[in-house]
Parts: sequence; structure tokens; C-alpha cells
Amino acid sequence: MNFKHKFIFLFPGLFVLIGILIFPIIFTIRLSLSGWNSYTPEMNFIGITNYIRLFTDDPRFWESFFRLSFLSVTTVILQYVIGFSLALMVWREIKFKRFFRVIFLIPMMTTPVIMTVIWRTFFHESLGPVNDLLGNIGVKPILWLSDPVIAKFTVIIVEVWQWTPFMFLLLLAGLLSLPKEPFLAAAIDGASPFRKFVYVTFPLMAPISIGAIIIRLIEASKIMDTVFVLTSGGPGTATETSSFYIYIKGLREFQMGYAATLSFTYLVIMIISLTIIAKVLTKLMIKE
Amino acid sequence: MKMKTIKTCVTALISALLVFSPVAYADKWSDQFPHIKNTGDIPGECSYESMSKKDYSGKTLKINTHAVPVMGEPTALHAEQFAKLTGAKVDVTHTPAGDLYAKAMVPFQAGQAPYDIVFGFSNFINDWRRYLEPVPKKYVEMKQMQDVTPSHIGVASWDGVMYQFPVDGDRHYLKYRKDVIDNPEYQKKYKADTGKELRVPQTWKEYGEMAAYFNDWDWDGDGEKEYGSAEVMKKDDLMYAAFYSRSAAYSKNPKTPGGFFFDLETMTPLINNPGFVEALTDWVAATKYVPPGGINFGLGDEIGSFGGGQTLFSFSWDDAFVAAMQPDSPINNKVGAAQLPGAMKVWNRKSNSWDEGFNQAPFFVWGWAVGVAKKSKEKEMAFDYLCFFANEANHQADIGIGRFGVNPFRNDDFKAEVWTQIGWDKDIAESYVDTLAKMEESKNRVFPLRVPGTFEFNAALATAAAKALAGQLSPQAALDEAAKQWNDILNRVGKDNVRKAYSVGVAMEDNKL
Repeated sequence: MNFKHKFIFLFPGLFVLIGILIFPIIFTIRLSLSGWNSYTPEMNFIGITNYIRLFTDDPRFWESFFRLSFLSVTTVILQYVIGFSLALMVWREIKFKRFFRVIFLIPMMTTPVIMTVIWRTFFHESLGPVNDLLGNIGVKPILWLSDPVIAKFTVIIVEVWQWTPFMFLLLLAGLLSLPKEPFLAAAIDGASPFRKFVYVTFPLMAPISIGAIIIRLIEASKIMDTVFVLTSGGPGTATETSSFYIYIKGLREFQMGYAATLSFTYLVIMIISLTIIAKVLTKLMIKE
Repeated sequence: MKMKTIKTCVTALISALLVFSPVAYADKWSDQFPHIKNTGDIPGECSYESMSKKDYSGKTLKINTHAVPVMGEPTALHAEQFAKLTGAKVDVTHTPAGDLYAKAMVPFQAGQAPYDIVFGFSNFINDWRRYLEPVPKKYVEMKQMQDVTPSHIGVASWDGVMYQFPVDGDRHYLKYRKDVIDNPEYQKKYKADTGKELRVPQTWKEYGEMAAYFNDWDWDGDGEKEYGSAEVMKKDDLMYAAFYSRSAAYSKNPKTPGGFFFDLETMTPLINNPGFVEALTDWVAATKYVPPGGINFGLGDEIGSFGGGQTLFSFSWDDAFVAAMQPDSPINNKVGAAQLPGAMKVWNRKSNSWDEGFNQAPFFVWGWAVGVAKKSKEKEMAFDYLCFFANEANHQADIGIGRFGVNPFRNDDFKAEVWTQIGWDKDIAESYVDTLAKMEESKNRVFPLRVPGTFEFNAALATAAAKALAGQLSPQAALDEAAKQWNDILNRVGKDNVRKAYSVGVAMEDNKL
């Protein structure tokens, strides 16, 4: 039988794939080889000039990348620990289990930009309620947004608050799908809750945990709205991340060609680093 | 008979009040459009009366403007009025300040015109002018345009051709709390504690000393702490303009014409010379006397902070001052205006040394600007809308509302009566118009950078200054970094391209245009 006609059915999907994935990437690569900006409004060809500039003369991009690495790794670790703890809590038979499950998900259902505006108001150093409350117990105003070190942790607080529920949801789904037999066996053996967690729950959850961590790392590495609204990358460049920097170069300074170079380089770095992270996590967390 | 006489007198009195009262002017247009209730319609080519004779029924005008309220609110208000008068449909899109440039530039470069009218900043002119329709002669020559000050005609024009329709006039100046600076008790206390006079600061050093003295204590007795100064220090939120304001006195030397930002001959960036470094050093010190979090203040925060009575000083556009003078402000009629402080020395780049002596240099910072897209199919209607926006009745109503962001740019605006009519104390109104008028008269002015790649230059400077304010770099190191980036940008854009454009601004600064 000739099944060649079956390929016709693949064309719609193929066209969509080309349209929404392949074409934008190819266009970005082409744009990255041009000097399109406000004063040269054309897709000219300047070779790898933009790439040379990036690798030899743009420390700000690399600083923002390492800052992003710190922020995303820290937030995802915190989200994993807190999300796992909350998931374990409502996995057990506790009162108002359904109520807590909904409550824990609320931050994820809110609009990030709006919530960040609210957080910015909370943390406003002279007008916000947080410093007001701390003042009532004798604590001096904390420079939540204007100290280069503290501002990073403020970004982390907001990100953790916003996205821990996502981690909670994935991990709770994982917990609910675990087989009961290993837990019964552990109970018969008289294992303590701690040993049950270390030797049964955690290993069984490892594949789901790796998936959840990778998904969150991908999302966290695109952090933009929180930084944009909360600190605008400041004070100085203390909270500037790669995506915010690319936004500034592309849409504020209108260096479209160079911004495309940054975007493509960033994409390549992320693909490589996330692949390595996934392999390392698999090696560490999944025992044969 | 007696009763009839009384009735006649009362009628005459009421009529006189209605005719002569400055706050209750009634005509058929102010009945329909309460926005102009103080003046009624004022005759002119673009008055309410004139516009009502136009018929744009069935046509649509598309406008991209700033977010509400600053400039966005008056755009929408006048769009609604224009639609009612002419029958046109007006679509107004509101865009955040940071995206105004790109939102117009992308379709411009693609050869499209999704908007007939685009709002932006006056320093976009060099990048935008090739996509904008020059303002037609009939508008340039009309009466309402003749009243615009030469400085603002210059800001809206390029090489003698007007591309931006004047709707706003901007400059940076000093705002201070009059109830503190003029208070004899505080003057005595300040003298006793510091040995110096408490007065409107003449130099940035005095500004810093007074701001530091009046920082972090309750000097207005409202039970809350007040602070020294509110300034725009947030990166990418117009902070570069605040830095230029602080730098002008130290770096704009009337003895060395030929450039403030670059040396026009060599195109060497001047932003890391000792004058700018001194200004940045002062600014880093200012982080100690701004309110908590002041290092992240954008323009809105600065307006709110000073306008809300939180600080002694502030300097930026008119908005904070007008907001502070509105009837609902806690510091209504308690503020004063003065020119930006000067310096007791100014850098001389020719002799490579400081020239001692008082120097002051007003900064005619960019303001709101608006143009009509060259590819627009509704150019006539677009210019009529802009002309209507800025007609005399609308203009007089708009400049009295702080949040509108419409500031004086006409000779008539520099008359104290305009401001006393809306409730300002006479001495405050006089100090305000006197400040603005003196800036117009100055021969040592600084105009904004308007060259290809303006955004890149300003962003590089803002990033460097922000690093210094955050303590990431010393002022000298930060400005050296900015100067290096300016050289890189110059190489990318082409020195000659930048020089050609910059020479227009230099000619204005050197009083040749």
C-alpha cells in the first residue's frame, strides 16, 4: 500500500510550525546581522559586527545575564521548597483541605503586572505600609527598592509569592498520582515520616520535580514584568536582567539589529544551559 | 418707585458681575464646554466658533498620545470637543512614555501611518522629522502662533522648518517651600546653626546645604518627617534631564561657545569633564537628603512628593509647581519658583581649568511635542485638531491644571494676571512668571540634545549616572564609562551625521538662531 498521501495531513501542522517558530527565529537571525536602528531604518547586512560588539564590548549584557542566573536559580529553589512543603501539607488528610488548595493558588491567578504594582506600593520606602508597620516596632525604614542588594531580594520575594503556587500545583498533582503500595510497605516496616519522605516520597517525586523545576527555570529566566514595574532595573543596574536589557536596547533605544543579536545569543545560551541543568538534575535526583 | 429702583440696581449689579467677573465668564461655548468656563471662547482661527464651521463628518482621526493624565487627558478631552464641533470621529490611543518613540517609529520605518497624529518628546525631532509633515504656512503665520516664544519655536523646528506643533513649553527650574525659606524663625535658626543665610539657594552647593539641614525632621509641624529634596533619580525615567539641569551651571561656560554635550569641532564628548563630574558628585551627595526611596523617584513620584508637601526643594518641569498651587494641594500658595541654582565656578574646556565666579545656565529641557504623519490621509483635519488643542481658550484652561502637563510657551503666559485669576497669590505668580521670563532672556541657555541616536546617548548617560547614585561606580568612573559609550555611538552613527545635527542646537545655545 502506498501511504505517501498521509504526509498531506502533516502539512497544516508543518505550516503552523514554520509560521510561529521557524520563521521568527530565521528572521531574528537575519535581523541580528543588520544594523537596523533609528538612524539606519533598513535591513542592511553588516556581517557579525553586532556579535563582535556583544562578545567584546558589552559587559552590561553579561552582568545582566549573571544577575538573571542568580535571581532565577534562587527564586526557583525557594519556590520548589515552599511549593513542595505546601503540597505535602494539603496532600495529607487535614481540615479545610480544599479551601487551602484554592487559597494557595490565588497568587498565580492574579495578573503579574497589577500585583507587582501593589507590591511596589507595599515596599515604597516612604509611603508604603511595610516600613510603616516596621516603624511601629522600632525598625528603621528598609530600603526595599533603592539598596542594590536589598532590591534583588525584593524582586525574589515578589517572584516567589507570584509563582510558588504554580510549583505547588504541579507537585500536588504529582503527589496525588503516586502509587500507594510503596507507602504501605514503608508503613508496615515502621518507617518514620522523615524516612518515608527521604526514601519514598522524594525519590518517587523526582521526575515530576525535575519537570517542574525546568519549567519554572524557563519561565523565571524570562523575568521582565516584575523588574520593569518594581525597580526598572535599578537602583543603577542592580536588578537589570537579560530580558529587560534586551527590551531597553530594542524598544527604548531602537537598536533593533543589536537587540536581535542579544535575543538570539540569549536563546542559544538558555537552550544549552537548561539542557545541562536538566541532565545534572536527573543525575542527582534519579537513582537507578 | 423705590422698589423699581432697587430692582434696576440689583439687575445692573448682577449684569456687571457676570460681564466683568474673571471666574464666571459665560458664552454659548463655555455653556457647552465647561473646560473653558473661566475665559469663554476666545476668537481666533482655531477657536470653538471657527471649528464649529468645519465639517469632518464621516472622517476618522487617529491619535497616539501619552497615558492619562499627563498630556493624555488633555488630548482625549480636546478630541472629544473636536468631535462634537466638527462631526469627526477621533480615536485616541494612550501609550506609556517609554514606548511613545517606538510605537510611532516602527510604522514610520515600515512606511505606514496607523496614526495621523503622534505625540512624543521634542527631542525626537531629529529622528522623526523625515516622517512628519511640516506645519503648513497658514498655521505658522496665524495669530496664536505669533505669540509662541522664540525659544519654543526653535524647539519645535529644525533648520527653520516647523515639524512639531507647539502645544507645551518646558524648562527645568527650582521649586521651594516659601513658608520655610521666607520664615524669619527658620532664618534665625539656620544662621545660628550654620552661620549662613537661609535664602533661595543661589548655587547647587547652597541647595545641598539647606536640603541636608531640613532633612529627616518635621519642619512643618504636621506630625510627619519632611525631607530636603525630591528629584528624578530613577534610571530610564527622564533622570538624564535632571542630571543635565544639575550640570549646566558647572559646564555651560559662556566664554567657550561651541557645544555643551560635545565639542562641535572635534566631536569629543564633554560629559566626563570636571564640570559634569562635579555635578554628579553633588548629585550622589543628594541621595542622603531625598526621602527614603528617593533614588527610585520618577517624574510622577517627584511631583507627588514635592506637591504633597514632603520636601523643601525640587527641580524639574512646571507640573510639580502647578500641582502644588492647585486649590486642593496641602501646600497651596506656600511655594516659590526660581531659576535653577548656579555655581561659583564653571569649567573652561579651552584653558582646561575652572573659571571662578558665579555662573547660571537655564536648561530648556525637552517637552511634549506633537506632529502629523507625512503618510496621513487626514492632514488638514489633523492640523486643525492640533490648532484647536492649542487655541487660546483651551491653552489658558490647560496650563492651570497641573496633571495635564501643558506648560507655558506663549508670551501671554508670562503675565502674572493669568495666574492670579486662577487663585495664585500675587507674589507667587510674579515670582513664577519672572523666573520663566528670565530664562527666556538668558544668553547662556542649554537646549536638549537632538541628534541621531539621541535615545542611545541619553540612555548611556542615565545608566552611568544611575550607577554612581547607587554607589556602583564613582562619579568620574561612571562618566568615563558614559563618555566611552558616547564615542562608540558616535562611531556607529557617524561623527559627521551627529555634528551636522548638533550644530543646529549649538547655534541656538550660542544665540545664533
